[in-house]
Amino acid sequence: MEVEKVAKEKEEKQTEKEKRETKEVQTAEIKPESIPQKSPKKIKTVQCKVMLLDGTEYSCDLEKRAKGQVLFDKVCEHLNLLEKDYFGLLFYENSDQKNWLDSSKEIKRQIRSLPWIFTFNVKFYPPDPSQLTEDITRYFLCLQLRQDIASGRLPCSFVTHALLGSYTLQAELGDHDPEEHRSDYISEFQFAPNQTQEMEEKVAELHKTHRGLTPAQADSQFLENAKRLSMYGVDLHHAKDSEGVDIMLGVCANGLLIYKDRLRINRFAWPKILKISYKRSNFYIKVRPAELEQFESTIGFKLPNHRAAKRLWKVCVEHHTFFRLVSPEQPPKAKFLTLGSKFRYSGRTQAQTRQASNLIDRPAPYFERTSSKRVSRSLDGAPMGISDQSLLRDFPATGGQAAGDKIIDIEAAGQAKLREGGREEDGSPVKTPQLELTQDGKVESEEEEAQQKDLDKTQDDLLKHQASISELKRNFMESTPEPRPNEWEKRRITPLSLQTQGRHATRAEGPCTGVSDADKSSHETLDIVEEKKQAEVGIEETLVVDETNKGKMQVATDAGETCKVEHLSKKDSSSLPSDSSSSSSSSESEDEEVGEYQPHHRGIEEVIREEQEEEEDMKRKEHEEKIQHVETTPEGSKLNVPVEHTQVTAEDFVQENAVTIATEEKNLSEEIKQDLGEEKEEEQLKLNGDVSHVDIDVAPQIICCSEPPVVKTEMVTISDATQRTEISTKEVPIVQTETKTITYESPQFDGSAGGNAGVLLSAQTITSESISTTTTTHITKMVKGGVSETRIEKRIVITGDADIDHDEALAQAIKEAKEQHPDMSVTRVVVHKETELAEEDEE
Amino acid sequence: MAGLGGGSAAFGRCTHAVVRALPESLCRQALRRAPGPEVDFARAEREHQLYVGVLRGKLGLQVLELPADESLPDCAFVEDAAVVCEETALVTRPGAPSRRKEVEAMKRVLESLNLNIVEMIDENATLDGGDVLFTGREFFVGLSRRTNQRGAEILADTFKDYAVSTVPVHDALHLKSFCSMAGPNLIAIGSSEAAQKALKTMQQMSDHRYDKLTVPDDAAANCIYLNIPSKGHVLLHRAPEEYPESAKVFEKLKDHMLIPIANTELDKVDGSLTCCSVLINKTSEL
Repeated sequence: MEVEKVAKEKEEKQTEKEKRETKEVQTAEIKPESIPQKSPKKIKTVQCKVMLLDGTEYSCDLEKRAKGQVLFDKVCEHLNLLEKDYFGLLFYENSDQKNWLDSSKEIKRQIRSLPWIFTFNVKFYPPDPSQLTEDITRYFLCLQLRQDIASGRLPCSFVTHALLGSYTLQAELGDHDPEEHRSDYISEFQFAPNQTQEMEEKVAELHKTHRGLTPAQADSQFLENAKRLSMYGVDLHHAKDSEGVDIMLGVCANGLLIYKDRLRINRFAWPKILKISYKRSNFYIKVRPAELEQFESTIGFKLPNHRAAKRLWKVCVEHHTFFRLVSPEQPPKAKFLTLGSKFRYSGRTQAQTRQASNLIDRPAPYFERTSSKRVSRSLDGAPMGISDQSLLRDFPATGGQAAGDKIIDIEAAGQAKLREGGREEDGSPVKTPQLELTQDGKVESEEEEAQQKDLDKTQDDLLKHQASISELKRNFMESTPEPRPNEWEKRRITPLSLQTQGRHATRAEGPCTGVSDADKSSHETLDIVEEKKQAEVGIEETLVVDETNKGKMQVATDAGETCKVEHLSKKDSSSLPSDSSSSSSSSESEDEEVGEYQPHHRGIEEVIREEQEEEEDMKRKEHEEKIQHVETTPEGSKLNVPVEHTQVTAEDFVQENAVTIATEEKNLSEEIKQDLGEEKEEEQLKLNGDVSHVDIDVAPQIICCSEPPVVKTEMVTISDATQRTEISTKEVPIVQTETKTITYESPQFDGSAGGNAGVLLSAQTITSESISTTTTTHITKMVKGGVSETRIEKRIVITGDADIDHDEALAQAIKEAKEQHPDMSVTRVVVHKETELAEEDEE
Repeated sequence: MAGLGGGSAAFGRCTHAVVRALPESLCRQALRRAPGPEVDFARAEREHQLYVGVLRGKLGLQVLELPADESLPDCAFVEDAAVVCEETALVTRPGAPSRRKEVEAMKRVLESLNLNIVEMIDENATLDGGDVLFTGREFFVGLSRRTNQRGAEILADTFKDYAVSTVPVHDALHLKSFCSMAGPNLIAIGSSEAAQKALKTMQQMSDHRYDKLTVPDDAAANCIYLNIPSKGHVLLHRAPEEYPESAKVFEKLKDHMLIPIANTELDKVDGSLTCCSVLINKTSEL
């Protein structure tokens, strides 16, 4: 086991600390419990509470590292819900900010605070609820809509309130009974945000007219009316247009709607949108040129903050995929040092879920309608899916082996086989289409939120999920109509030469793409496991790297020396079409991430993906030989050509920029040009040199970082459809480069030091031996306004077997660090634990 | 109760119509965008009576006719004073100050029909009904000299079930000066640049796909579609004598019962077919 700690001090650092995603582990969270226990027997669990649509609460214990999918499946099972792809789990941060729990990621990576409380909600509102297969699904949709309506989220007129309310009454109470239903029976229900006596009377009156409707029919009628409401299924986000005017962006099945107050002022149907991206707190869409226009235009919106922009972007990606695509898109390859979110929707699309639903073959499940009562009315937690209750209890919330064993007892033989297959191969089990799909999702959704990949566990979770569903359900699950092509299939599409190249590169880089490799083939099992570990190590880099535009590069050596070199090269975002001159992307030297998503360029993306693979990836390596890889990688055949290519493009862009972009950036551009020419060789040399100094004590190096080719986005903001034509669409210049510029030389910095990217003044590494191995790296950096910032990174390696109390050791290490530098604060602690490749799935 | 919008089947259903007699002051004092020939009042009255006659006699609507008010030269253009959709009526605040008092009589008659009345009392809001196009699925509100953003917002607040999109209107008095609904999913649209531009905007804003019926003359694109139980699709459109080319286009609508109506005189003061009535579909007597 190895514990690494990074301490860092900020002296009046002015950089806006817009919370860097959820990536950095803040000191506060470094509690002993965050260190995985050595003992595999003792699995930490966390209690989860899920608020269900009927107002009841479902709680369960989940393994601390459980992925979102595990919880979601448990909930759906509890609800006896099969058509679950329309639903999702929400959690709130800062009370008002709702986030969808990503099924493919660990819960604890997403929700930062305890307790874990979620809300089960409709995520994708089916445009035509009558096409849902089961009444129970429609029922849950009704519950959601009743909530939406009562809360005012889904506005409707008085008449509609009354009409929908009357269907609710019919569904919940049956036919109006003059005996039983006296004057105030209605007050129990909430139909509208402001419910008046008049409305209740109207509801009662209409209720009488529904005589004879079954609850299911009443629900259907309810939905037929609700679906026509203009705000049905519209997910609203606050934003501002270019002039700072408050607007709302609404994401729905058909596209993106722009509202000013209650008025729709523009609309962008999905087919019109070429690309969706976000950068900092800006959200951009690139739209097709209108009939007589020549250029695509990029429209920018300002969101309240970065997270909001990202949230909106994700919702867009998900809605587009769910409603427009037949099958989910492959996200860009997970790789290091690439900026941008690799997030893609990994669930089933509507097309897929519909096909799968067609195969549902079970008697309509019984369910109790208890909700729709006034919100205030408390209901006891009577479970709805009674049939599954006993089954549910048999599955402890523990992952891994134990659960698996139980499953074997219960489940059918076929199921067991499946599970076995999965275990055998450790990293890549025999996959049913469904499994594959889910796994792809997991692996792919690596995203910037570099999580510690734990493929083994993923499998187990999946298996558990798979196994814990009834036979019937299993059929349903397996009926995924279109299995997504796996990596191999995908590759087959691409030119052979590229393939080999790409794969070679992958090998050479080893861990860099280890994560994405993992799902490529099953006979690479061993590699996978090993690489997995490295990926974990690399993660903290991604933490930084992925979220910054600066592209921080880290090089590490065997002995655990970490030399963090922050360099300021422009990193381009992930997916750009080959005709990149017409795409837009920009970078600002901010600690921000970007996300891009191009809905329509699947063909092109093939190319891109390959191109991306050729990017050089840097990461800290565990072993000496891995370092060799690092050294050789840049020189590898695979890189030469592409690099040149990118240089050319980069220069082109730079030139473009020089023309179109404000002068302040000009010098940067020039600088970049130079750097582009020189960086390669120098970088390699220096890298090699650096790497070879394993244990140098005081080897202050002065590192000069070049500014990134900052390209200011031309913010063409149009929120009004009618003005659109007037706007000449300026291409947002892209800088699609691969410029990881590190120049190790004295600080002859020409002018651009004022950038907020900071200049490294010194970096020194001291390694000392104590109980544990400690490596300290001092990095002094200039940030804005001549203020310098010193960051000390300590890497502490604690070696030993299970007898050592790692928690204790870590606590001790932190304490020591604090004592050594009382004037500094610990800002980040990254714990990496490594164990022998034993049987346990726990890393 | 048909429920929300009732789908396209219910579009154009109508039981009542509110009209208002022409004041003589119309000839000289009615607002007009451009000077032009004088209104022949007698002829204007004849045309108007024919119009009301079609609604009442031919189509069997209950026509509520308000008396003329000489102090309100534009009062015959009742459409601008109220927007009625289903059981809700929005009494507007017309853009022209001289017309503000027109709404009083309108409000009274709507109240008599037991509609849910919403009044536009915000002094910053203006809205002429002539700028409001209801397609059966959604509203388009023209932002013109007569209608502003605030007025449109209030309309959106009033008819919460429906999307309300704004459409800038240039070179025309109202949005409906060059377009109207000619069928459940059919927009009649003029050929002018302004009309075509507005149509494009509407198409972009809408989740629905409308068919369009392009007529050569903008004024002819203002027609009245009704769905009368015994008669089916009914379309009141401008007479061939006025707009022969446009009339030919309407004549291609085979499923519609076509009723040509001359409107030569009110046309001189920017009056169109839809201007002269507020159509109401009372499904229940509450």
